[in-house]
Amino acid sequence: MSIFTYINEAKLPTFWCSGCGHGVIIKALAQAFDELELPTDKIVIVTGIGCFGRSDDYFMTNALHTLHGRAIAYATGVKIGNPDLTVVALMGDGDASSIGGNHLIHAARRNIGILALCANNRNYGMTGGQYSPTTKQGDKSATSRYGLPEPEFDLAALVKAAGGSFVARSTVFHYHNLVKYLKKGISRSGFSFVEVMEPCPPMYGKFNELGSAPEMIQKIREEVIPLSRWKPDSDRKPIGILCDVDKTSYTDAYDEVIRKAGGKDGN
Amino acid sequence: MKKFISGNEAVVEGALIAGCTFYAGYPITPSSEIASHLSVRLPQIGGKFIQMEDEIGSLAACIGASLCGHKVMTATSGPGLSLMLENVGMAIMAEVPCVIVDVQRGGPSTGLATKVGQGDMQQVRWGSHGGYPIIAMTPSTIEEVVKFTIEAFNLAEIYRVPVFVMTDKVIAQLREDVDLDSLQNYPITNRKIAGSSEEFLPYRAETVTDVPAMSPFGGPHLVRASSTTHDQHGRPTSDPEKIAFKNERLFRKIQDNSDSICQYQSDLMPEAEALVVSFGISARSSLQAVAEARAAGKKVNFLKLLTFWPFPDKAVQDAARGVKKVIVPELNWGQAAVEVERVLGSQIDVIRINKTNGLIIQPEEILEKL
Repeated sequence: MSIFTYINEAKLPTFWCSGCGHGVIIKALAQAFDELELPTDKIVIVTGIGCFGRSDDYFMTNALHTLHGRAIAYATGVKIGNPDLTVVALMGDGDASSIGGNHLIHAARRNIGILALCANNRNYGMTGGQYSPTTKQGDKSATSRYGLPEPEFDLAALVKAAGGSFVARSTVFHYHNLVKYLKKGISRSGFSFVEVMEPCPPMYGKFNELGSAPEMIQKIREEVIPLSRWKPDSDRKPIGILCDVDKTSYTDAYDEVIRKAGGKDGN
Repeated sequence: MKKFISGNEAVVEGALIAGCTFYAGYPITPSSEIASHLSVRLPQIGGKFIQMEDEIGSLAACIGASLCGHKVMTATSGPGLSLMLENVGMAIMAEVPCVIVDVQRGGPSTGLATKVGQGDMQQVRWGSHGGYPIIAMTPSTIEEVVKFTIEAFNLAEIYRVPVFVMTDKVIAQLREDVDLDSLQNYPITNRKIAGSSEEFLPYRAETVTDVPAMSPFGGPHLVRASSTTHDQHGRPTSDPEKIAFKNERLFRKIQDNSDSICQYQSDLMPEAEALVVSFGISARSSLQAVAEARAAGKKVNFLKLLTFWPFPDKAVQDAARGVKKVIVPELNWGQAAVEVERVLGSQIDVIRINKTNGLIIQPEEILEKL
């Protein structure tokens, strides 16, 4: 097997802009599937809307391409509908945390056994680079030309606080760690969340004069620090596995409901 | 044996007879008993119940579970319906069978949470953007609620669409005797499933009225379902021919089958001078008014709509033949009446009886117009 067991080679190159991190992320995910030797027909990729919402088109797995912000809600139905499936929700930062924020926190609280992957490029690329909940305070965007007055959301911290059982953050530069976290996230029975910091050169990069893609990636490296060296007063974001606790997943807990109700196993 | 059950309980019984194994919903008056009962009943048969974070998530979860092969349902009332509408469009475009029960209350907005209304009839027709046909049932007795909930599941499965069961606050809480034992044998239709050995396309269609066979996630085929306008592989397309085929098919798979979808009860008499057209709770008041008018020697036709969408144009034309006036009682400002006027043109006087004060229409209010 190879990553091309999972990636639709005929669809390459991707439609994403030069320097975009999305292609790196879907490669990392395909590599995680490959190393876990998952059968393609037992994987369901669920996407929302936005540049990263097009990801499903590159996969040779089952796919559910849905509405803006709702990927996790559909993924919840798929996982409950067939708990044997590996269900992965792929979302951008606006998709996952702005319009979809309510589904994100409740999926984490409920501990539904899906992997939610957020490609965080700090803006809405597809619609022209508007600010998102993860745009840095003071930064410029198509809708914050004077600098953004709002502080940013720390998504990994949010999901950890909401009860997610596995939470990790990486960047497209830290590729091998990213693959490792995706494999762990997929393997956990509860809710897993992996946030990936990545550049959006033609939008966020342009508005904030951050330079070329390599220069943007270098700046992202400087924004993060491994969790082992991170301190609460640090102005850098921790990368690594921020939370990994073994908690009963929603579907396992619901099996207990079925047992109490006297029903047979509904899987 | 007959059981004395409410309209909301009747929805539950109908759903279980139809084979519902998944329910996702959010609490809202006056629909909440449906969720309460199914939270007990579904796990008893190994089915799944989940209370989602909102109505958007509820219908989304239903769509996800339906694609795994479950028969799915959600129930709500006006404010929740407004939130669900984007997913009605999703179920239309991705062609996902699901049943949505709307227990109507007075509106607009939060409106009258505990009082009756029929103000969502046009919303379910036109509520989600882009334009598409819809199927909506309007039972008016408790036995009909059971039957038409089953019918809603059958139609959802046949046409791969969301189907509405439109009740209201009064029908939800009204109790009548229903012979549930005999209804256990009501005909059930399941979705067409693609054979495991054949080459599978998730949206395979030869003609513009075809309904593609399905295959569940985790089954023998790779499956793609999409909210984006797609080709037969379920992949996004910008080819005008493929776009036109998909959109025409979404329209015509329902439109061309309107005659077989539409159900109604027509009670006509020779030389009738008036026609009463009604549905749901207002049809019950109308039935009483028509009986009293006939007892007083008046010649009156009665048409009860059991399928509101597609609107049964031909049934209205037939029932209105020769009459001088058509009376349309309903708990809104004329949502059925505009359809009756559209069907009949300007030849016949259409008299609207509209009530939006949270109370049902009394038979006398109809009788005085006859």
